Amino acid sequence: MAFLHDMRFRAYFYQIVAIGFVALVGWTMFATASGNLAKQNIATGFDFLTRPAGFVITESAIAFEATDTVGRAILVGIANTVKVSLLAAIFGTVLGLGVGIARLSHNPLLARLALVYVELLRNVPLLLYLFLWYSLIILILPPVKQAFHLLPGVYLSNSGLVVPAALVESGGLALVACLVGGAAAALVIRITSTRHRVATGRSNHGGLIALAALVVPVLLLWLANGVVVNWDFPTAGKFRLTGGLHVRPEFVALLFGLALSVSANVAEIVRAGIQAVDKGQWEASAALGLSRGKAMRLVVLPQALRIIIPPLTNTYLTVFKNSSLAIAIGYPDLVMVSNTVMNQTGQAIETIAIFMGVYLALSIAISLLMNWYNAHVALKER
Amino acid sequence: MADVQMLVLAPPQPAPTAQRFGKLSAYFGTPGNTIISMLSIAGMFFIAKLAFGWLVIDAVFSGAGEACKAASGACWPFVVQKLRYMVFGFYPYEEQWRPLLALLLLFSVCGVSMVPRFWSRNLLLVWIVVILPVLYILMAGGVFGLTPVATTSWGGLPLSFMLSFVGLTLALPLGIVLALARASNLPAIRVLAVGFIEIVRGVPLISILFMATVMLPLFMPDGVTIDKLVRAQVAIILFASAYIAEIVRGGLQDVPAGQVEAGKSLGLHYWQVMRKIVLPQALKKVIPPMVGLFIGFFQDTTLVTIVGLVDFLDTVRAAIRDPEWQGIAVLEGYLVAAAVYFTFSALMGAYSRFLERYFRTTHA
Repeated sequence: MAFLHDMRFRAYFYQIVAIGFVALVGWTMFATASGNLAKQNIATGFDFLTRPAGFVITESAIAFEATDTVGRAILVGIANTVKVSLLAAIFGTVLGLGVGIARLSHNPLLARLALVYVELLRNVPLLLYLFLWYSLIILILPPVKQAFHLLPGVYLSNSGLVVPAALVESGGLALVACLVGGAAAALVIRITSTRHRVATGRSNHGGLIALAALVVPVLLLWLANGVVVNWDFPTAGKFRLTGGLHVRPEFVALLFGLALSVSANVAEIVRAGIQAVDKGQWEASAALGLSRGKAMRLVVLPQALRIIIPPLTNTYLTVFKNSSLAIAIGYPDLVMVSNTVMNQTGQAIETIAIFMGVYLALSIAISLLMNWYNAHVALKER
Repeated sequence: MADVQMLVLAPPQPAPTAQRFGKLSAYFGTPGNTIISMLSIAGMFFIAKLAFGWLVIDAVFSGAGEACKAASGACWPFVVQKLRYMVFGFYPYEEQWRPLLALLLLFSVCGVSMVPRFWSRNLLLVWIVVILPVLYILMAGGVFGLTPVATTSWGGLPLSFMLSFVGLTLALPLGIVLALARASNLPAIRVLAVGFIEIVRGVPLISILFMATVMLPLFMPDGVTIDKLVRAQVAIILFASAYIAEIVRGGLQDVPAGQVEAGKSLGLHYWQVMRKIVLPQALKKVIPPMVGLFIGFFQDTTLVTIVGLVDFLDTVRAAIRDPEWQGIAVLEGYLVAAAVYFTFSALMGAYSRFLERYFRTTHA
């Protein structure tokens, strides 16, 4: 029985047992599930995706009608999830950067206030905040009939904010071309000007020229009447407002809650990152005659960024996954649309597999993107 | 979900503002500073006035829904009358001393477990073998003359604490095993562990809760039904174990390779090396981030209300929607809930900071 004490034999043995166990559990579950489904007359497979959905989605980032397919409904859910998490990440990062810097302020009052802000947000569940914001919107604002008429065509009520919608009649393509071309030109100008400044030591107006390259083409197009925009003004009917762009309270509450929670996390990350930069860097900047603001912007923050990026990645992944709380207040994100699909078609396994797969794929995509950015800002050892 | 990284990353803080607090120049040293101070003071004054007006001056202290409807301030009778329901949910009224006792027992055992002197190999074992069964018997009854109470009537604060404490206690051993598997030399075991951890960490908790409540019944043979509470609890355990595994992995990587080699050269086999040499060092290092994770999971248990369990947030929401108080005490209800969650999370946060100081100053 010497082979029992052979490490190589044991290694193989353990691995085979582990794989066998997982396979057995998987197979048993698969067999039971297909038996159960056959008994309940539920067809397996993804055919249901091409059937008409038969339900409406109150808010969609891409066009959707009840007659569209189930697959397109899920696509709408994905687009809504991406929309709200992207916006929350952007707003939250900007706000969090400010709060994080405020936490390190020399003014004790400001620093304490920033601390209170962060603690209040981090110690109370996000779901509770979402419920709270949503009910506050519903409670405080008047019903549609007595909607606040803020500006011509702008109505605010407890069913949301309605503003005039801009419908691009013609020249939309030209507009996109100008924007993309301008952005590319601005990027190139900025990079060359920075390179020039580093090489010669003389400052130039690269930033201003880049800004001009970004703005001027769009402005010219506008002046030349290259874009025709039709404004769709909302009209107040008896019970509801028709037309215009409708920003719903569910979306606002979710975006607000997510952005605040991101900001608290970002503030902590930024604070820790800045504190981790050596004090000598501040002193050296002061010795070179830089003001505190410039020292922060040009010397300390770029170094802090290296420490900040990895946990920041985590925060973005977190907000992306937290956007699934939308279902609690009725914003049609991926989970909520999937839930409706499940109830309508009974295809629970396939639907859950789809939305888990989408979350996984997008999580991995965010990780890869942030890892690339991290490698980009990482200390280059020479 | 739980954001763990921050605690790992937070460097020693030299309390930047504490010493300067007494000096006036810190507030009014420069024109910019003066403006910031004035604005902060004005803001704080405004909020304090608003809060005081709402909580005290305009508040209603006695009466029923009608009195609250007429007033613009806080509705204290709602809090007083509904508090017992918010805390215990639909647990039978005359038996509610049992969940109360369970909560008190849980708090005191927690308090003892938080003292570093009592940390030992057996603490986790005591939790699993003694504490959790006692709590379960108190809640469920059926023995020692206690009336049986079905899990469907469990609710409120005890349920929230149970989901998070039981979840973390049982996820800990699983997470440690997963971390060891991920660091293993055996490729098949490593791949399985990595697959499980990354899939669970890549999807939201709500999707795993959905899987447990909607999908799992399809995988059960005929006639076998698993309690809904148990299903949600298992989902939380699996979810937590993946995050714990990642934290423990960080601790394992911090243990120098020489420790393993030294153990092997003493003739210890793998499990002995892990149990006696590597894990004690690794686990001690990951206690602070683990507390941070716990705060996150305590808050995340609120998600079970989406799949229909009656946790504390759910009982509060039910109290708000009570016909007698409908639309009157929304803010009151949510603020009570927020205060409870804030208190426990902040206490755990303070404990986590204490641990960081403790580990910096002692060589325990």
